[in-house]
Amino acid sequence: MRHSTFFWFFLPTGAAMLLFIAFPLVSVVLQSIYAPHPAVLIEVENCTPLVGCTTETTIDQDATRELREREPLGRFVGLEIFFDRGHLAITEAREAWSSSQSWGEYFDKLGNLPFYRAMAFTLTFTFVVSPLVILLGLIIALTVNALNERLRGLVIFFSLLPFVVTPLIGSLVLFWMIDSRGILGSFIQFLAGDPSLSLKASTGLMWVSIIVYGVWHAAPFAFVIFYAGLQTLPQDQVEAAQIDGATRLQQVRYVIVPHLMPLVTFVALIQLMDNFRVFEPIVGFNAQAHAQTLSWFIFNDLGGETRQLSSASASSVLTIIGVAILLSPVLVRTWRDFKGKV
Amino acid sequence: MASAAQRKPLGLRITIYGFAIIWLIAAAFPFIWTAWGSFKVELDFFSIADWTYALTGERTKAEYGSAFTEAGYRGAWIQEEFWRNVINTFIVCFFVVCTSLTFGTLGGYALSRSGHKYTFWLLITALIFRAMPPITLVSGYLLPFFEWNLWGILPTTIIVLVAINQPFTLWMLHSFFQNIPKELDESAKVDGCTQFQAFRHVIIPVMWPGVITTGLFSFLLAYNDFAVTAMLLSEENRTMIPEIAAYLGTTYTEGNVMFAVAAVVSATVPLFILVMFFQRQIVSGLTAGAVKG
Amino acid sequence: MFLKKIALAGTFAALASTTAYACEIGARVSIVGNEFPAIQTVGAGAQECSGAEVTTNLTADHQKINVPGMQGNPAEYTSAIIANSSIVALMNEDVIRPLDDLVAKYGGGLQKSQLITINGNIMAVAFMANAQHLMYRKDILADLGVEPPKTYEEMLDIAKMIRDKGIMENPIGGAYAAGWNLAQEFNNMFLGYGGAHFKPGTAEPNVNSEAGINALNMMKALSEYMNPDFLTHDSNATNAEYRAGNIALLNMWGSRAATQTTAEGVTDAVKAGHAVAGPMTVGGGDTPASTLWWDGWTVAKNISDEEAEATFVAMMNGIRPDILQDPEVAKQAVWLIEGYQPTEAAVGVFEAAKMGTTPYPMLPYMGLMHTALGNELADFMQGKESAEQALADVEAAYVAAAKEKGFLQ
Repeated sequence: MRHSTFFWFFLPTGAAMLLFIAFPLVSVVLQSIYAPHPAVLIEVENCTPLVGCTTETTIDQDATRELREREPLGRFVGLEIFFDRGHLAITEAREAWSSSQSWGEYFDKLGNLPFYRAMAFTLTFTFVVSPLVILLGLIIALTVNALNERLRGLVIFFSLLPFVVTPLIGSLVLFWMIDSRGILGSFIQFLAGDPSLSLKASTGLMWVSIIVYGVWHAAPFAFVIFYAGLQTLPQDQVEAAQIDGATRLQQVRYVIVPHLMPLVTFVALIQLMDNFRVFEPIVGFNAQAHAQTLSWFIFNDLGGETRQLSSASASSVLTIIGVAILLSPVLVRTWRDFKGKV
Repeated sequence: MASAAQRKPLGLRITIYGFAIIWLIAAAFPFIWTAWGSFKVELDFFSIADWTYALTGERTKAEYGSAFTEAGYRGAWIQEEFWRNVINTFIVCFFVVCTSLTFGTLGGYALSRSGHKYTFWLLITALIFRAMPPITLVSGYLLPFFEWNLWGILPTTIIVLVAINQPFTLWMLHSFFQNIPKELDESAKVDGCTQFQAFRHVIIPVMWPGVITTGLFSFLLAYNDFAVTAMLLSEENRTMIPEIAAYLGTTYTEGNVMFAVAAVVSATVPLFILVMFFQRQIVSGLTAGAVKG
Repeated sequence: MFLKKIALAGTFAALASTTAYACEIGARVSIVGNEFPAIQTVGAGAQECSGAEVTTNLTADHQKINVPGMQGNPAEYTSAIIANSSIVALMNEDVIRPLDDLVAKYGGGLQKSQLITINGNIMAVAFMANAQHLMYRKDILADLGVEPPKTYEEMLDIAKMIRDKGIMENPIGGAYAAGWNLAQEFNNMFLGYGGAHFKPGTAEPNVNSEAGINALNMMKALSEYMNPDFLTHDSNATNAEYRAGNIALLNMWGSRAATQTTAEGVTDAVKAGHAVAGPMTVGGGDTPASTLWWDGWTVAKNISDEEAEATFVAMMNGIRPDILQDPEVAKQAVWLIEGYQPTEAAVGVFEAAKMGTTPYPMLPYMGLMHTALGNELADFMQGKESAEQALADVEAAYVAAAKEKGFLQ
């Protein structure tokens, strides 16, 4: 294909991505290395209803305006925000290292820093949920494939529901059910024989709940991909394996799984990306006391009375770098495939 | 089928059916439970007094004289005019799906037919874009959109959702087109067609299974989006999901959780119907090669 | 019947004519604000004006969009409805204008107490007040033969009695959800112990103090009598517990008092037993452990003077005294509008004002402190770290944020 033809074909999608993804990304990077100007504070008298007048501090706008107009981007801070306590916390991490006697104590202290706390849960979630989703998806696909034709449609229909439902809604529904007086909460209390057990009150159980939600939500996606893959399974290979006397487990292991391997890579890739940016369950589960993720961390900086744009931008850049590192093995492989093809 | 040779031993069959039933319950029960609870009052739905109230509807009986009430639906649909949000959602979804697919098929086709090195880098860039948390982007939109008076209206949200959705669409369609033999359009070109004519006359007629599957994913993304729609739409243009979030209330204000629950159930119904009609399409579209890459 | 109809028709005509006469504007008005009923009323009142378009965008996410929506020139929004916590963000970015000349020209009906002045300039017009205060079950307290608690120490004693008698397992409720709510409860308690969030005249944090540690310990003691899920309970969830009859004592927003027993499914015992009282003190202090809030409206800076004038006139129409004639509207809030007769539900807020409750600090960097508190206190409440460590974390998180925003060097 000629360059010019390619250009015209690619123009609409390229322009959309350039305008709404690449440009905002540039501004995010800029915001992360510029911070607002120092504020000039003054003491003033404020009067409010039911209280009367008090002396309070406020920003001297006239003094601050000039600074802003001269450098509208803010003051250049370089990587300062990346290294402060809210992010990589270089100073604090080093201090924790020198004052800790053991690895456990060091990680404890690291876990007390907000960015590492969010990172810890994000990574745990990503690396626990992704393999479980693949495994469960594969089992469901094999099961459905073994059912008789009439039942299949029904099971596929219900299986897809957790995936298509809006994540915020799905997590809210589950959150309502696991309340200590909700149906699942009561059931778990009954199983554990402990009427005071509460999933929402303990960090560990909250992590488990969110992970269970993550698997429940994403397993149908893996299932439908694998199920589609099973439909193209070459029957002669299966039959050959049967003639060789392979057991069912061996058939799965040596025929089916290798056939599905490219799909496993595909699902793993999508799962790594989606789980690394997990956000809705934290909001839905009201879980911020127990579990925070990087996306939630960014969201939190953007909320509240004072929006911390630079901090949110720095977290975003760190998240993107994290994603790139996670994806790097896949990227390298795709590059090799591509070079092999051309 | 080698079903005669494959006749399963009883133990295996029990395992298979047992597992299928457990999975069915896990997948479907939360929905049934919520639908059941949506006809109760809040105190029963959350079974704050006793968990059996959610089944029997004690407080609902005390309030309405019957264990079921449609008060939540009435409140959401009539008082809060939820149908407006439904219409907005469908406008957004329709245009997002159409635009995404138009952009995506053109781009995906070009990527699959060009052997130049930059196609690789474009695909990788798209992959990184796909991996970015949308929340990162949304905050960057606010100021320019307000400045240019684009904030709050449906077209802005539609184009943003299209853009965010492009990377995934591109990847899906790119690998789908790769499975359509190059010889098809090459021979059309030999017959004197331009590239675009070849695309129109040769590729378009055979691309539908992959396009429909990709379109379903675009639909889901637009339908389910919360981060973008909550931040970019004004109150009167809200789609369903941010509206539901608004029913839940804030610190200061009383939410109306039962409106939210009724709206949740209402918002899930179209998804049910969608899956019912398209489940074959999803599977066959994926089988046709959209995920072979 | 006939007479009644005529009388009704008469009132309608009178109402119609007064609004038509009173509110005529000559430029666009666009309002952004939170979405609760009182603000909906004000927004609807502003929209009655004729002559130009009045649009409202009332949403819970208003704080995320009001600053960018007013930074442009001309600004998208000509007015933002805010509270004393959120006016700070608008002040910091310098997007609202002083209202002195407009008040002099059109603000005849305003009471002096409604005018929020900052550095001698009127920056906002308040129309309602709010505070957290005690709500309790008078039936249960009467059975025990105790008075409603005046202090948090008494609250603990009563809670212990209720639990020991087996009336309720977790008699205390509180909006202790990690994040904004938890931080707000800390603010209440901290101010009650006489703490000040910052070293006077600076942005240096001052929460890691005796008052801070006392406040945390008191919160911990209270949480022993709360539902174990308290870190996920926001004010909605806490109210639901109260309505189901699971708790007897709680510190709750005054704006919630009127609807506390009107929701669906509230048990009769709760309906009959519900009562409100002023906020409690703590640690022998005189200032209640609560904060006083107001909600009001502002006018954007980056708009033409005609638009500012139209906005002011329309907003004045939204808070004109005769909206209170509708009994539903009168119940929606503790109005600061002239002629407001406090309803029974408003007792708590008025009591709070009388007792000299501290207003929520209107400082440029208070939002950062609030966020830091919300993030860092949950570990202490779960018993994962000491009060000193939690407060040290708060200060460190705040300092990092304040440095980024340029409040600290």
